[in-house]
Amino acid sequence: MSVAIPRTAVTAARRFIDRWLFRLSGPEAAPVVLGQRRVFVLPTAAGVAFAATVLLLLIGSINYGLGLGYALTFLLAGLGFVAILHAFRNLVHLKIEYGRCEPVIAGSIARFPLVLSNGRDDARIALALSAGGGTPVIADVAPRAAETAALRVVARRRGWQPIGRVRLHTTFPLGLVRAWSYVEPDLRCLVYPAPERDAPPLPPSGDAADGRRPGAAGSEDFSGLRDHRPSDSPRHVAWKSAARGDALLTKLFEDGGSEPLWLDWDRLPAGLDTEARLSRLCAHVLLAKSSGASFGLRLPGGAIAPGRGAAHVEACLKALALYGEPDGD
Amino acid sequence: MANRTATEPAARVSQRQALWLLAASAASALPLLPGLRPAIAALAVTLLAISIGVWIRARALPARWIVFALVAGSTLAIGFAYRSLFGREPGVAMLIVFLALKLLELRTTRDGFTLVLLCYFLQLALLFDRQGPEIAAYLAADLILITAALIQLERDGQKMRSSIARASRMLAQATPLMLVLFVLFPRVQGPLWGLPRDAWAGMSGLSDTMSPGSIRELSLSAEPAFRVKFAGSTPPHAALYWRGPVLTHYDGRTWRAAPGAGSRTLPYETSGPAVEYTVTLEPHDKPWLFALDLPGLVPEGARVAPGYQLLARTPVRTRQRYAMRSYPGLAAGIDEPLAVLEAARRIPAGANPRSRELAARWRAEAADGDELAVVRRALEHFRREAFVYTLSPPLLGKNDGIDEFLFATRRGFCEHYAGAFVFLMRAAGIPARVVTGYQGGEPNPVDGYLLVRQSDAHAWAEVWIARRGWMRIDPTAAVSPSRIESGIAAAVPAGDPLPFLVGADAGWLRALRFRWEALGNAWNQWIIGYNLERQRELLTRLGMRDPDWRSAAAAMAVLTGVLLLVLAAWAAHEYRRQDRAARAWAAFSRKMARAGLARRPEEGPLDYARRIAAAAPGLAQRSARIAQLYAELRYGPHPDPGMQRELVLRVRRLKVSA
Repeated sequence: MSVAIPRTAVTAARRFIDRWLFRLSGPEAAPVVLGQRRVFVLPTAAGVAFAATVLLLLIGSINYGLGLGYALTFLLAGLGFVAILHAFRNLVHLKIEYGRCEPVIAGSIARFPLVLSNGRDDARIALALSAGGGTPVIADVAPRAAETAALRVVARRRGWQPIGRVRLHTTFPLGLVRAWSYVEPDLRCLVYPAPERDAPPLPPSGDAADGRRPGAAGSEDFSGLRDHRPSDSPRHVAWKSAARGDALLTKLFEDGGSEPLWLDWDRLPAGLDTEARLSRLCAHVLLAKSSGASFGLRLPGGAIAPGRGAAHVEACLKALALYGEPDGD
Repeated sequence: MANRTATEPAARVSQRQALWLLAASAASALPLLPGLRPAIAALAVTLLAISIGVWIRARALPARWIVFALVAGSTLAIGFAYRSLFGREPGVAMLIVFLALKLLELRTTRDGFTLVLLCYFLQLALLFDRQGPEIAAYLAADLILITAALIQLERDGQKMRSSIARASRMLAQATPLMLVLFVLFPRVQGPLWGLPRDAWAGMSGLSDTMSPGSIRELSLSAEPAFRVKFAGSTPPHAALYWRGPVLTHYDGRTWRAAPGAGSRTLPYETSGPAVEYTVTLEPHDKPWLFALDLPGLVPEGARVAPGYQLLARTPVRTRQRYAMRSYPGLAAGIDEPLAVLEAARRIPAGANPRSRELAARWRAEAADGDELAVVRRALEHFRREAFVYTLSPPLLGKNDGIDEFLFATRRGFCEHYAGAFVFLMRAAGIPARVVTGYQGGEPNPVDGYLLVRQSDAHAWAEVWIARRGWMRIDPTAAVSPSRIESGIAAAVPAGDPLPFLVGADAGWLRALRFRWEALGNAWNQWIIGYNLERQRELLTRLGMRDPDWRSAAAAMAVLTGVLLLVLAAWAAHEYRRQDRAARAWAAFSRKMARAGLARRPEEGPLDYARRIAAAAPGLAQRSARIAQLYAELRYGPHPDPGMQRELVLRVRRLKVSA
């Protein structure tokens, strides 16, 4: 306990500093403009060395009575002050908007695009952005222009991954002073579960619960023809008419006539835990997508009706990503 | 919070960045090379050339042990060349050699930053020798280069023009701060601690000995010795005898000053017409303070040597100003003690027999006690015989040098004439001594200062006449009257080597030179010579009552704060100006919201305008133009202020009914 109390005190103090000093209180909606009160400046190690040099030059000028030495010393001291303002100015009033995060698979790298707009007639140079302790991305923003900086953060687990606290800093132009600011953008990335490696093949089509046998996809329920679309399965191409030299046509079947593939949580082996099930289902969704088959997804507490196409696949993956998440929106 | 990631690994230096640093290093080191020992200068040039070669050809840097060996070898070489590693000159040599070696070890941006700091030290080192306006201009240009290199080091691949422009702008912004600090920073009279023995190397001026050739050497230098501002009109050239060391002891070749502590008060009564003036004396590492014959007051802390020469308490190592009064017609030393007169008759026995014989003959021919007749006879001799005043006299032998000069070579400079004359007087039994100092000076019509250069160095004689005291006699005037009336340029034969700017020159060139020298003087008075007294003088003139370091420091803090606020306002200023477009767009959105067409947060300007056009066709055209202008200003490649004005105007005129 004697350790725990200070720890909570430290946490509370840090939260207080975040709110009061860094003006952070939860994710902020775009656009964020870095106001003067949230840009901070401190000398870098190089800046301290520079100050020590200026002091030595001053002592030398006094000791040898060098009138022009005083001028040199004071010009450099002035340059140090000007460097503070230039570093500050390089960051202040920067406008930050958010781009769209493409969903990624857990374990890969999530890219959070931040759009930096510079409203000034002066370029902003060497802005470093980092999130989650990753290596910083360096961006230059031309005068009155915008630049997209994509922050790369490792997506560790499925679900919504917020970008978290972003640190913007710059030591430009002289490297003597670092200006920095924290932003917590309301920006998150959807992380799909990592698909299981060497997953078993897709389960057979059809719904065993409905008592239908797999493989009985009925060609006898043929209901008509329509123009072929690239997403249609080659199994349904009307090859006979194609052979006659006509355009490619797709054979349509009665609803339920073609047995849809159901990826079902409950039909996975009993020994698998939740994450393993989600991984397996994810692998199956990807397999089904590449096979072009129509498939549905059934999870405890909900199901996605069978379908095809990119939007359908995304909906399924999203459902897997957010399964059981409190923020399962 | 910031230090958590402050230890980012230093990035590697690219070839481009290295070439910037090379240029800055070379520009900082090159002007110092002539001041080094030739061997060390050659070493520095070789090392610099190697680094330039390595970087231009993008070769791999040498291994660390090679650089380490070079450091050790160079240190040894410097220690051998200067017999020491401490002191000013070996220190500068070490800085330059280390700079060159650091270029061979330039791996990360941190190494690059170290180079920049070394460059700053080299810039200060350059000021040890010269501090003229031209040096200031050079340093300013060099600082722009160094700062641009630093900017390149921070972000590689920037355009040369943009980094030079940024560096210049930053230095221009730093200049007001520099001026405030320069004027108001409490000045301390240095040095803070003992200085290395060679700290004052390179200062030139009169010494307290004179042998043939010593003053001639000085006369080849156009360096200023001191400047004088007369309260009234400037006395004629021929009356400007600036008294320096008085030399009494003669060993057959060299004249030396008589030892003596001197007194704090003048050993004579002053009377007659006085001349008031202020002297600004250049540092010359000797205690001499120069004054017109004869000084009428002793400056604070100074003393008067037995030969009526003014001495400062310590050697003059910074530019020094003192007020002075002189009595040109004054006779002094009428009741000189016998010992002094005896010393002023002494000559080494045996040497220069012909000169002694000549002097004895003059003495015998003169009426008894009429010493002035002997003086006149000697001057007559110099005037009549074929003596030549020249800057390039032949060398004289070790013994009987005066015989050789008076009877054989007959070509000499002021020290030859003064020395021979005093010898003749002493041989004739008349007390005499050599006085060295400066003669003449050049009035500058631009600022009214009289400039006395090292080339005005002169030597003349004084003889002691009973009931009249010491009388100044200038034998050079007998040989070459124009030297005394017009200066050295008019006196020496054409073809003699004269320092640049001292020779007679064309009218326009002379006018230009006067301007330049007036600038140089103002520079010396206010920039280089700006010290505690000048600071107090300036602050009083600016209306500060009884300024001391506390009030100066307070004023400095206030003014620095004001300047920083101005700069901070500049940092925030441009945003507001550009933000007029955003404010106009927000006003437009508000107006539309009143008509029930609020902008959705994610809606871009063009989409918004399309939605407005669909909902309210009457507003379609106007809102389309406004949205187009705003999009162009925000995201377009060439936004211009005209568009911003149009946008603001259009939004203001737009009337929307709820």
